[in-house]
Amino acid sequence: MRLYPGEVLAIIGDNGAGKSTLIKCLTGAEVADEGEITLDGKPVQFKRPQDAHAAGIETVYQTLAVSPALDVASNLFLGRELRRAGLLGSVFRMVDKKGMRKRARQELADLGISTLQDVTVAVENLSGGQRQAVAVARAAAFGSKVVVLDEPTAALGVRESNQVLQLVKNLRERGIPVILISHNMPHVFEVADRIHIQRLGKCAATITPQSHSMTDAVAIMTGARKA
Amino acid sequence: MTQPTQTAHPATGAHDLAEEFLDRTTPLSRLRGVMHRYPAISPAVVLVIAIIVFGMLNERFLNPANLSLITQQVAVVGTLAIAQTLIILTAGIDLSVGAVMVLRLDGDRPVHGPERPLAHPGPARRTSRRSRGRGPQRVPRDAAAPPPFIVTLGTLNVFVALTLLYSNGATVRGGDMPDLLTWTGTTFSVGGVNFTMGVLLMLVLYIVIAFILSQTAWGRHVYAVGDDKEAARLAGISVSRVLMSVYLAAGAILAIGAWIQIGRSNAASPNAGTDLNLDSITAVVIGGTSLFGGRGTIWGTLLGALIVGVFRNGLSLAGLDVLWQTFAVGVLIVLAVSVDQWIRKVRK
Repeated sequence: MRLYPGEVLAIIGDNGAGKSTLIKCLTGAEVADEGEITLDGKPVQFKRPQDAHAAGIETVYQTLAVSPALDVASNLFLGRELRRAGLLGSVFRMVDKKGMRKRARQELADLGISTLQDVTVAVENLSGGQRQAVAVARAAAFGSKVVVLDEPTAALGVRESNQVLQLVKNLRERGIPVILISHNMPHVFEVADRIHIQRLGKCAATITPQSHSMTDAVAIMTGARKA
Repeated sequence: MTQPTQTAHPATGAHDLAEEFLDRTTPLSRLRGVMHRYPAISPAVVLVIAIIVFGMLNERFLNPANLSLITQQVAVVGTLAIAQTLIILTAGIDLSVGAVMVLRLDGDRPVHGPERPLAHPGPARRTSRRSRGRGPQRVPRDAAAPPPFIVTLGTLNVFVALTLLYSNGATVRGGDMPDLLTWTGTTFSVGGVNFTMGVLLMLVLYIVIAFILSQTAWGRHVYAVGDDKEAARLAGISVSRVLMSVYLAAGAILAIGAWIQIGRSNAASPNAGTDLNLDSITAVVIGGTSLFGGRGTIWGTLLGALIVGVFRNGLSLAGLDVLWQTFAVGVLIVLAVSVDQWIRKVRK
């Protein structure tokens, strides 16, 4: 599987085809038994999600991995809080709440997310689409190399799904490559540049929305047709 | 617990934006939203009402000498409750705080203590106990490790037994100890009310822990881990490291609790900690900290500890049997947990 700068690569496959496992290895959530991951031509090894973060790979998990009781800004910076300048930060380890809120607002505005007006609201008080936006914004804010989205539209309504797809396009315009895992063929064919079809733990084919139709993709996915 | 209505409403004005997301169909659900956002409201109301009621029942209750006594009674439970709060915030619970604290008490036994020439002087001993008593075995290393709750159930029995073995069931009097150990019992007076150094020490600990929980990254991680462990891990937090540090910090706080207990009773007794488990958990739960983790404040715990102290003291001044105090504490727990469950329904 290859990912080039500035493209949206979709990964599709039947249940149990190994999509999520593939992604978990890429993002440090799980450690691969064998195989090699290279980033910018250099081999990398991720033992923890922190390692992938450090390499610039950010993920929006299907479960979103947001902390419900914390507010939007805290969630954006969870695990990499900004510290206050000077002694307050270095000696007393105080976090810079104001700074994080300001940057959170900035980041949401840059991504064109208008559904989140108040970054001090606890995430548990948000709707599904808003939570999704928080998770996407977090990935976009820190993902300098790759942003991975696992089933980002599965739990969303039509309008919210379109917003997430728009976010994906915005990311591509910034030059950040996106890996999109989805069951939703119309969504995949709308945003993807290339489509990786996973079958029985292996790559069955890599196609483009121009070269194949949705029916072809489903046929390859289920094994009804060879690529 | 319906009284908070009066105190709760003024608070809503400042948070209009946030309130938009809360259910506002009925006054009751709005009240729930406010209590959800400020979990310390209900214990504060309960405390004020309890003080007023007990003050009316018995004039001596509001007497400076009695108030001073309450603060001293609260100092030990209040300190242990800090440790318990940290642990409960991570969705754990420690059944052995009383037992560990008592082991500390006896670990503080001086060199010239009866029959135990091997003991080191106080503080050094305490440190060694801490590192031995609260080691990695209390912290889950990975998913295969037993849940901390069950581990503390085991360590509860282990530490109770160790304490009795180590002390031969004997009590050490304050006169046999170095002055440093009984320093927490020294009193000073503020406006006619006497406070002990132990009370002051407890308050300082509350301020320090409140600062750490609300202002540092570590504090946020404690909440995040208690809230959703897997989400915290995927967000890049070292869950096992946070849990380990929480249990270590709790151990250190228990040592200070032991010190305060020595100052208060002017003795180290192996039987001192029996009620403390229940009381410390009660203080935390009444204080609005959720047993499911990730929700609560340290100041709520202080209020909870004060409520427990006020109830025990007020009921005994009212001339009721001591068993009714335990009864009342039990009722308080059930009420507090029910209120917590009700508040948590605000989640959508």
